[in-house]
Amino acid sequence: MGFFADLGRWFLENWSGDAGWLVRIWQHVEVSAVAVVAAVLVALPLGAWLGHTGRGGLAVVSVVNIGRAMPSFGILALALPFTIWLADTVWFIDNGLGFAPTFVALFALALPPVFTNTWAGIRGVDPEIVEAARGMGFTGRRLLRDVEFPLALPVILTGVRVTAVQVVATATLGALVGYGGLGRYIIDGFATQDDVRIVAGALLVAALSVLTEAMFSLVERRVVSPGLGIERQTTVPTPETRFRNGEHPEAVLS
Amino acid sequence: MIVAQAAGDPRFFRWDWVWGHLDLIGAKVLEHLVLTGIALGVGLAVSFALALVGLRFPRTYQPITWVTGLLYTIPSLALFAFLVPVTGFTTLTAEIGLVSYTLLILIRNIVAGVQGIDPAVRESALGMGYGRRRLFIEIELPLALPVILAGLRIAAVTTIGLVTVTALIGKGGVGFFILRGLNRFFDTEIVLGTALSVLLAVAVDLVLVTTERWLTPWSRTRGAG
Amino acid sequence: MPEPMISLEGVTKVFPGSAAPAVDNLTLEVAAGEVAVLVGHSGCGKTTTLKMINRLIDPTSGRITVAGEDVMTVPAPELRRRIGYVIQQIGLFPHRTIADNIATVPRLLGWDRTRIDERTDELIALVDLDPALRNRYPRELSGGQRQRAGVARALAADPPVLLMDEPFGAVDPIVRSRLQDELLDLQRRLHKTIVLVTHDIDEAIKLGDRVAILQVGGVLAQHDSPAAILRDPAGPFVEEFLGSDRGIKRLSLMPIRDVPLEPGPVVSRAADPEEARAAMARYGVDWFGILDDGNLEGWAWAADLEQGPIASLPARSFRVRLGYDDSLRDALDTVITSHTGVAPVFDGERFVGMLTAEAISRELAR
Repeated sequence: MGFFADLGRWFLENWSGDAGWLVRIWQHVEVSAVAVVAAVLVALPLGAWLGHTGRGGLAVVSVVNIGRAMPSFGILALALPFTIWLADTVWFIDNGLGFAPTFVALFALALPPVFTNTWAGIRGVDPEIVEAARGMGFTGRRLLRDVEFPLALPVILTGVRVTAVQVVATATLGALVGYGGLGRYIIDGFATQDDVRIVAGALLVAALSVLTEAMFSLVERRVVSPGLGIERQTTVPTPETRFRNGEHPEAVLS
Repeated sequence: MIVAQAAGDPRFFRWDWVWGHLDLIGAKVLEHLVLTGIALGVGLAVSFALALVGLRFPRTYQPITWVTGLLYTIPSLALFAFLVPVTGFTTLTAEIGLVSYTLLILIRNIVAGVQGIDPAVRESALGMGYGRRRLFIEIELPLALPVILAGLRIAAVTTIGLVTVTALIGKGGVGFFILRGLNRFFDTEIVLGTALSVLLAVAVDLVLVTTERWLTPWSRTRGAG
Repeated sequence: MPEPMISLEGVTKVFPGSAAPAVDNLTLEVAAGEVAVLVGHSGCGKTTTLKMINRLIDPTSGRITVAGEDVMTVPAPELRRRIGYVIQQIGLFPHRTIADNIATVPRLLGWDRTRIDERTDELIALVDLDPALRNRYPRELSGGQRQRAGVARALAADPPVLLMDEPFGAVDPIVRSRLQDELLDLQRRLHKTIVLVTHDIDEAIKLGDRVAILQVGGVLAQHDSPAAILRDPAGPFVEEFLGSDRGIKRLSLMPIRDVPLEPGPVVSRAADPEEARAAMARYGVDWFGILDDGNLEGWAWAADLEQGPIASLPARSFRVRLGYDDSLRDALDTVITSHTGVAPVFDGERFVGMLTAEAISRELAR
């Protein structure tokens, strides 16, 4: 029982201050949120437009394959020399450590899944509906905004959810490039062989990830048009139909 | 100091360093493959067992995906962290974590693969006198193979990426270079580790694609003649 | 009556969670070598009944025997290996070649390699499949070819009983008709006991020695030969199921052989014109047939008599010649479409008499 008592005590004693878990959670959420929002701002319009015009199929397949083969740890590590170089070159960044490389890595990590799910979502809209809309006089941007986008929303939101969970998970590694966040406890705990701190950190990270997943699932249910009716996971999904062309394998993990 | 020495070099990638450390690189690539192979092997075995339970008793399928989904959601580093106080900085810790991540993908694909089989095929097999076990081994399994292998491909690529993270608990395969490069501000090692991980993923994926083509000759259409 | 090959005694099936039985107290016997067709609308329990025979579905109550043996006393897989099974979607194994598909049951039974190979070749020839397809995969075959392969697979271990569930439901009408003929031809050679399920009454009439019409809820409405059912439908349900063209359907089952023929407006070469006019008047037609030495040479118009004696008239030939084995439906077709109003019937080359529309409708009324 000693260990769990220690664990409880740790949470009571370490909630406040600059290294307290409240601040660490905030740091963790902050960099994750900024990265996801930035990625959505860039990748969503791009994916939607390419999906709308029907171009970029090959690009999507490549992005998916490369994105999946790239280890997130490697991306994070590569971000460090990049931001150090950036700090030397650009005057308003005064430090290439901490937030900057973490953000760059998470941003890079978030782009592919948001992009591919948006693209695939738009491409996946029933062509008959699109044709009917065109028949009624919808064109170009209006067609995309009023018809294709709402219908693709479930797939797009799934992409954002998968991305957010992945980003929160990888933000843990930010501790390796000098960032705060919850990974700090685990990395520092490893270094000092402090099991209490390691497990406390792991608990916080796990809880934050599960919470992220749950929150985005809730948003998905709320936002999507009731007419589309997100199917509850009572039936087994059929992944083979979803990534037959290797187009959006992320969806299999939704 | 090592950091100063490495960081002082202006070149982004030093091939000479690579040529000088081929033995180490070879050893780490091998370690990477072994860690991945064990994870996929054990993951496949556990997934098969759980998928069979899920198929036989459909009520259990949702709890199974719920639990494996939870394991999948927990970040890898956190999962390793939970295990370290118990199992230490060992291969066992790494494998438990890596296996956990393969389960959701593999179970879903096995179950979906088996359930996706044309019901007429199952009915005709039963109608001709196949028993449950033989039906599974001779009919259901081969027909589900493409979907199972698709899952295995995703699991393999994911696992190869995750193995790099195990560098933090003293393993890591080629992730060893990423972590050491990071600590020494030595870009060559970071690039090398990442590139090797990507190459391994691509190579293993290719092997699996080839295996699939070889194992499922019936899905190829022959030309006329 | 000899021991039936298949018998159902008071068989009832209630699926869990449903109040009404799918099959209700069904008693049915199928004689050895007979083609029994179960026919009815969807939901009448015909497929359920079929699947209870090979225990893909177990009955809630009642007794089913195959070759005198209670099916519940035999382990299901063992029972099924002794019963051929063909379903609508055929269900060929996509991952096995046609030869391997056909060899399925012999392999389950543990036959040796050479015996399996020989049997496979034999079956490929039997169902008239191109031997070049032997090592093809099912996806490379057409619908009709797959159907033949499915039948060959079901016949592989030479089971005495064959169960067929809508076997021709998935092929287009022209292929279906040909496959039906082939099945009848096969059956004439093999004498299997066949239970076939269909929703198509025409198929039932064409293929069945006896037809069991099932009502929703698995109630047996009538079980008899097609001719008997068409003649005496047991109640309004069967009557409606048979459709409004019941009379025509019946005709297709009646051979001309069974109908009394009439001499017709026929005279010999030697007859004088008055005889011919009297014969035409008898039948109310304006033509007459010309017999030469008992042989029906052809016919001539009444107006032709003006041209000279009958002995020298050119005989116009009959366009259609009916035989004893043709059905009354064919005869009716001839009577209606030819301007002759009656149809000549031949036994081989020998003229045996004329069939009139009246005779056909008289036959229907019997």
